[in-house]
Amino acid sequence: MKRFAQLLEQLAFSPQRTGKTRHLVQYFAAVPDPARGYALAALTGDLALRKVTPSMLRALVAERVDAELFALSYDFVGDLAETIALIWPGGGGADPPLPEVVEELAATAKTALPGVIAARLDTLGPSERYAYLKLATGGLRVGVSGRMARLAVADFGTLPLTEIEELWHGLTPPYTSLFTWAEGGAKPVNAAKAPFRPVMLSTPTDAKALAALDPADFSAEWKWDGIRVQAVCDGGVKRLYSRTGEDISAAFPDVLDALSHDAVLDGELLVRRGDAVAPFNDLQKRLGRKTVSARLLASHPAALRVYDVLIDGPDDLRALPHHARRARLEALPLDPARIDLSPLLRFDTWDDIAALRAEPGDPVIEGVMIKHRQSPYLAGRIKGHWFKWKRDPMLIDAVLMYAQRGHGKRSGYYSDFTFGVWDGEALVPVGKAYFGFTDAELKELDRFVRTHTTERFGPVRAVAPEKVVEVAFEGLAESSRHKSGLAMRFPRINRIRDDKPAAEADTLETVRAMIPR
Amino acid sequence: MAILENTYAGLFCPAGGFHIDPLRPVDRALITHGHADHARAGHGAVMATAQTLDIMAIRYGEAFAGMRQVATPTRIGDVDVSFHPAGHVLGSAQIHISGRAGSVTISGDYSRTANPACAPFQPVPADIFVTEATFGLPVFRHPDPLDEIGKLLASVAAQPERAHLVGAYALGKAQRVIMLLRDAGWDAPIYIHGALQRLCDYHIAQGIPLGDLRPATIDRSTKAQFAGQIILGPPSAFAATWAQRFPDPVICFASGWMQVRARARQRGVELPLVISDHVDWPDLTRTITELDPAETWVTHGREDAVIRWCDLQQRAARPLRLVGYDDEAEA
Ligand SMILES: [Zn+2]
Ligand SMILES: [Zn+2]
Repeated sequence: MKRFAQLLEQLAFSPQRTGKTRHLVQYFAAVPDPARGYALAALTGDLALRKVTPSMLRALVAERVDAELFALSYDFVGDLAETIALIWPGGGGADPPLPEVVEELAATAKTALPGVIAARLDTLGPSERYAYLKLATGGLRVGVSGRMARLAVADFGTLPLTEIEELWHGLTPPYTSLFTWAEGGAKPVNAAKAPFRPVMLSTPTDAKALAALDPADFSAEWKWDGIRVQAVCDGGVKRLYSRTGEDISAAFPDVLDALSHDAVLDGELLVRRGDAVAPFNDLQKRLGRKTVSARLLASHPAALRVYDVLIDGPDDLRALPHHARRARLEALPLDPARIDLSPLLRFDTWDDIAALRAEPGDPVIEGVMIKHRQSPYLAGRIKGHWFKWKRDPMLIDAVLMYAQRGHGKRSGYYSDFTFGVWDGEALVPVGKAYFGFTDAELKELDRFVRTHTTERFGPVRAVAPEKVVEVAFEGLAESSRHKSGLAMRFPRINRIRDDKPAAEADTLETVRAMIPR
Repeated sequence: MAILENTYAGLFCPAGGFHIDPLRPVDRALITHGHADHARAGHGAVMATAQTLDIMAIRYGEAFAGMRQVATPTRIGDVDVSFHPAGHVLGSAQIHISGRAGSVTISGDYSRTANPACAPFQPVPADIFVTEATFGLPVFRHPDPLDEIGKLLASVAAQPERAHLVGAYALGKAQRVIMLLRDAGWDAPIYIHGALQRLCDYHIAQGIPLGDLRPATIDRSTKAQFAGQIILGPPSAFAATWAQRFPDPVICFASGWMQVRARARQRGVELPLVISDHVDWPDLTRTITELDPAETWVTHGREDAVIRWCDLQQRAARPLRLVGYDDEAEA
């Protein structure tokens, strides 16, 4: 446990990827099976110990620490597991083996878990308590993605990453066969049907960058505001993966049902009622579920809008050029009720594309995708093949009104801001923003909040109405839930406008006039 | 008339006609210690310990105040005033005031962990105890500073090709880190950034041995000699390119804030060292219990949690929210 806790600290504090990878490789080399495999599973999010919930931990700590003192501490620390690890009274120096701890968590019934966890916390020191709680709740937040962890295994064994990625869904913790392969043993056979294939990603572009390219070399499609997915049908096994390879099948049985032909499809997951694509909000209601009620399936029917095919029956098409894959895609038998083709846009010049982008005609379109006709299907974000040209955001100048400390990466800084616009003499809050600013701007805003606080309401601070920020957002709608009558989609702080006095920020009237009608 | 009032310029004793650690220029100021959030330049007359006066002169120049007076037990206006060790940094003191309206002890910043640079904290009972709350949350339990120095030395041993750069505030923390390193057996030269030089020299002049200190001046020809070495600099220097001139630097930071992971990450710290010259939660609450004042005033940081703790203990307490005070400065 101590070695694992040390690894988590090393990973959390290593500034660069290379440093993190080095620590992981050292760990895999120094720690035997099955501990290293459990550590890997914890990092990739594959350690299925989902019985420990944040509310269970809150109840546990409430038995030992005053609720208000805990709330103040949590507000300051910004991370539940860390707060509990630091605040838990007492503590010893126990160093139980990682597999013992993992197996205990997995084997304990839900009702007995609080007692087991409390007993462990009593024997561990703060750093090990933190590691233990992170393990129990999943979500390690040490700046290591599943991909980076798999990359470290590849480095450790000098194995090709793509082969590990393709094997991954057939492997289970503690990955003994994978480590055997990494140490010179036999490659594991791919036991899983319907594995995930690494996806091809796009890079942002704009009119200036496109001017250097020949439009005749490219095809274009709408960029829909849904979720990028990979749908796999393999000898009756069907799976839906997010673009990072997370299996999200359980939440979308309606889409899985519609897969019938053996293929690997790349497309956008949407909620679609007839021909009408619903806003992203509707799709959000379907995400992250382990089961879906019949009512939700009926009210929020999911659909796939496909734009690429990686594998068709026995044929791996990834080496073919985009236009050839598109032809194969158009020839596939698809269930039109749940799966349709992303139509190609007609254009001759980049000006045509610019005009389409300016007036897409559907609010769920968030821009244009531009793809080189000759590009093979390449894993990762490789420049020069696929481009996204997003719609311009809407902009307003607003005044900072309230601030609250952020959580996670930003914890400790005042980074959650409520901003407002003028309604006569008064400021009316119109939205909240948590990001968009640079690190330097965050520090400036944090300092402003700490030195211009006028009132405190629990963790929320009201600030003097002096700081003007330019807020960018993707959409605006009427809303009865907000005092201002407005709801912004995806608002973020675009820049700080120290050049502008607060009195010259926008008014509610001008903002209202921006609602699309 | 109350013995102490909370005013725009900071804490004020009306019967004595002076402020304590004022935030803005005033006629008469009593100063607990030399940290910038307590000791400011531009007051008419300043009373502080001899060491704090020296430190203010080093930081702000000889003309930092119209008049200065070394603290001795004395009567000012209608009150008696005395200074007592706070155990925080060289020269740090608590200020005790008593008069017809009662008595008050203003702790300034204080610590109850042994620190060879200053006399240990002396409990001074009074009607009102004004406590700092920099680390006033139950999550703050400072580890043994020698264990933290052990982490630094282990990292130096494991990565001899890299330079270890330790961020430490110029007054108190830098010298504390140096003394801890010496205690842990690090006899090699320690390199210091120019901004630390005068205060380190002053410590040595006050009879606090710091061993072999050398200036951390680096250019292309000397870069390689810093591999495996320990270099100290003020946190401000780490924002500049100074740090990046050293060979593959490991950025370390010695501060009580390092107990919270996100704080360390936000500063780009690779090796956090939890070394504090303030009381942690157990010492803070223990001190209030020991002194058992009729009223506790809380300033400087996480007032809310200390107030809550006092409520739970059925102790009278009030927060002092000083406007313009940056509650997360040097710690
Ligand atoms: Zn101080
Ligand atoms: Zn202070």
